[in-house]
Amino acid sequence: MAGVLAARGNVRVAVLPKPGRVTPMSPSRVVRVSDSLGPSGRLPRAYLVPGQASFADFLSAHDPHLLPSGRALPPGMVPEAPHGTTIVAVEFAGGAVMAGDRRATMGSMIAHREIEKVFGTDEYSCVGIAGAAGLAIELVKLFQVELEHYEKIEGTLLSLEGKANRLATMIRGNLGMAMQGLAVVPLFAGYDVDTGQGRIYSYDVTGGCYAERHHHSVGSGSLFARGSLKKLWRPGLDAAGAVRTAVEALYDAADDDSATGGPDLDRRIYPVVGVVDAEGYRRVDEATMQGVVDAVVQGRRVDPGGATPGPVREGTP
Amino acid sequence: MNMPFYVSPEQLMKDRADYARKGIARGRSVVVLAYDGGIAFVAENPSRALHKISEIYDRIAFAAVGKYNEFENLRVAGVRYADLRGYSYDRSDVTARGLANAYAQTLGTVFTQESKPYEVEIVVAEVGTSSELDQIYRLTYDGSVDDERGFVAMGGQAESITTALTERWRPGLTLAQALALAVEVLAQDPVGGEPRALGPDQLEVAVLDRQRERRLFRRIAGPLVERLLSPSDPTDDVPHVDDARPGSHDTVGEDPPA
Repeated sequence: MAGVLAARGNVRVAVLPKPGRVTPMSPSRVVRVSDSLGPSGRLPRAYLVPGQASFADFLSAHDPHLLPSGRALPPGMVPEAPHGTTIVAVEFAGGAVMAGDRRATMGSMIAHREIEKVFGTDEYSCVGIAGAAGLAIELVKLFQVELEHYEKIEGTLLSLEGKANRLATMIRGNLGMAMQGLAVVPLFAGYDVDTGQGRIYSYDVTGGCYAERHHHSVGSGSLFARGSLKKLWRPGLDAAGAVRTAVEALYDAADDDSATGGPDLDRRIYPVVGVVDAEGYRRVDEATMQGVVDAVVQGRRVDPGGATPGPVREGTP
Repeated sequence: MNMPFYVSPEQLMKDRADYARKGIARGRSVVVLAYDGGIAFVAENPSRALHKISEIYDRIAFAAVGKYNEFENLRVAGVRYADLRGYSYDRSDVTARGLANAYAQTLGTVFTQESKPYEVEIVVAEVGTSSELDQIYRLTYDGSVDDERGFVAMGGQAESITTALTERWRPGLTLAQALALAVEVLAQDPVGGEPRALGPDQLEVAVLDRQRERRLFRRIAGPLVERLLSPSDPTDDVPHVDDARPGSHDTVGEDPPA
C-alpha cells in the first residue's frame, strides 16, 4: 500500500519574463503551485491552526496569490477585458428572483454572447455579477467555496446577513483592482431561513453593502432596468410573476443599452434566471424561459414600451 | 564520569507507539463499512455536538477515534486541503488518496519529530460510482496507511470487532443490514459476556450515499436510525432527497415519513 501513495514534493514553477522585455514587477517572480504541501509532504502548520472558519482568510494567510485580489498589477493601463452588463433582482412573497442577460462586452465589441452571470452560491443564495467578468467569476467561485467551507467547519449554515457581509469583505479586498479599472459589482439575493423571506443586497466598489427593498439592478443597463422594475413590480408577486417582471426589465435594458443583450430567439439564447425560496436555489429551465421570453417579445410587438397592462399583472405564466 | 544518556531508537519508537495505542484504546469504537448504496459510518458517541464522523468533500468523509482536539485539528486541515484543491483545480480532482497521503505524512512527521505523537486513528473514505470503486483508507498514529476492503473498526475494542466483521461482513449488504451488523459488533462484550444495549441516542450514524448528487455525505437522525435498525420496519435505506423543511440539510430523517 505504501508504494501507491507516492510522496509529493514542493513543486516550484519559475515564471521568466519574455526575453527583451523588462517587466516592472519584482525581478524574480516565483509562483508557488497552489496546494504545495510542506517539504516532507505533510500539511503545513497553517492548515492545523484551529478557530478559523473562513476559506478566504485561510487563503490570504497561506496562499494569497490565489485570491482574486491578491495579485499586484503592473503599473499602466489594464488592457481591455470582457465586462458583464446587466443584472436584475426581484423579490416576491417568500423568495427572490435574479436574472442576467447573456452579453459580455469588450469596448464596443461583443466579447461573448452567451456568458452566464447568475450563479447559485449555496442552497439558499445566489449572486449576479456585473463588471470585469474574469475577476467576477473568480470571486463568485471563491464565495461559493467560502460558504461551503464555513458550513463544513462550523456544522451550521451562515445567516443570510452573514453571507452578505462575507461578500462585502471580498469586494472591499478588490478595491485596488477596481481603481485600476477592474471593478466587480455583484448583486446578492437569498432566502432568509429564519424569517422565510427573500432579500436583495447591493454593493459598491468600496465594499459597501446595502439591503435593497423589493428590487434592484446593477450594470450598464441598470438605469433602464430600474425604471422598468419600478413600474412593473407589485406587492404580492409570485415566483412566476417575478420571473416575468425580471425578463421585462432586462428587455427594457437591452432596448436602450447597447451593452445589454436582448433575448436571441434565433439561437435560443435566453437570460439566465435563478429563483431562491424555501425550496432552495434553482435555475429556471430552458423550456420555461422560452415560454416567458416568447410572451414578453409577443407583448412588445403590439406595444414596444410594454406599458399595456398585460399578463404581468396576473402573475403569469 | 557520567555515562551519556542513551535510548535506542527502537525503544524510543516503541514507547511512543505504546503511548499512542493506549490513548486510542481508551475511547469508544467507530465502525466504517461499505453497503450496496455507499459507505456507512457508525460511532458510539452520545454527544450531538462533538462529532467523530464528518464531511470532508463531495464524495469524501472522515471518521476518527482518540483525542478529540487532535483529530478535530486534522479534520479541519482536511477540509482546508480539499477545498483548496477543489478551488485551484476542479472538484473532481479532490481524491481520498491525496488526502490520505497528506495525513500520512503529517502523522508520520509528528510521530518521529514532535515530543508527543497524535493519539488518533483516522479513516478517510471515498465513495465511488460503483461499490468496486469505493476507497477506505485507515491511518494510524505513526503515519502508516492501510487500503481496506469493505470495513474498518478503530478504537476501543477494535480487535474483537474486526474479528467479528471479518466473519460476518459481505459485499452487497443493504444499509439496514449493515447498520444492524455494526451496532451488534459495537455492543458485543470482548470477554464473552452479555452484549450492551446501544440505542440511537448513543450512536452517531452517517452515510456517503452513492445515489445523491454532488455532496453525498448525510448524517442520519435518531428516528431514522431506529427505523433502519428495527427488524419489523421495512425501511432499509436512507431517502435520497433531503427533508423538505428549509434550513441546513446535513441530516436526513428528521421529518416524519410522508
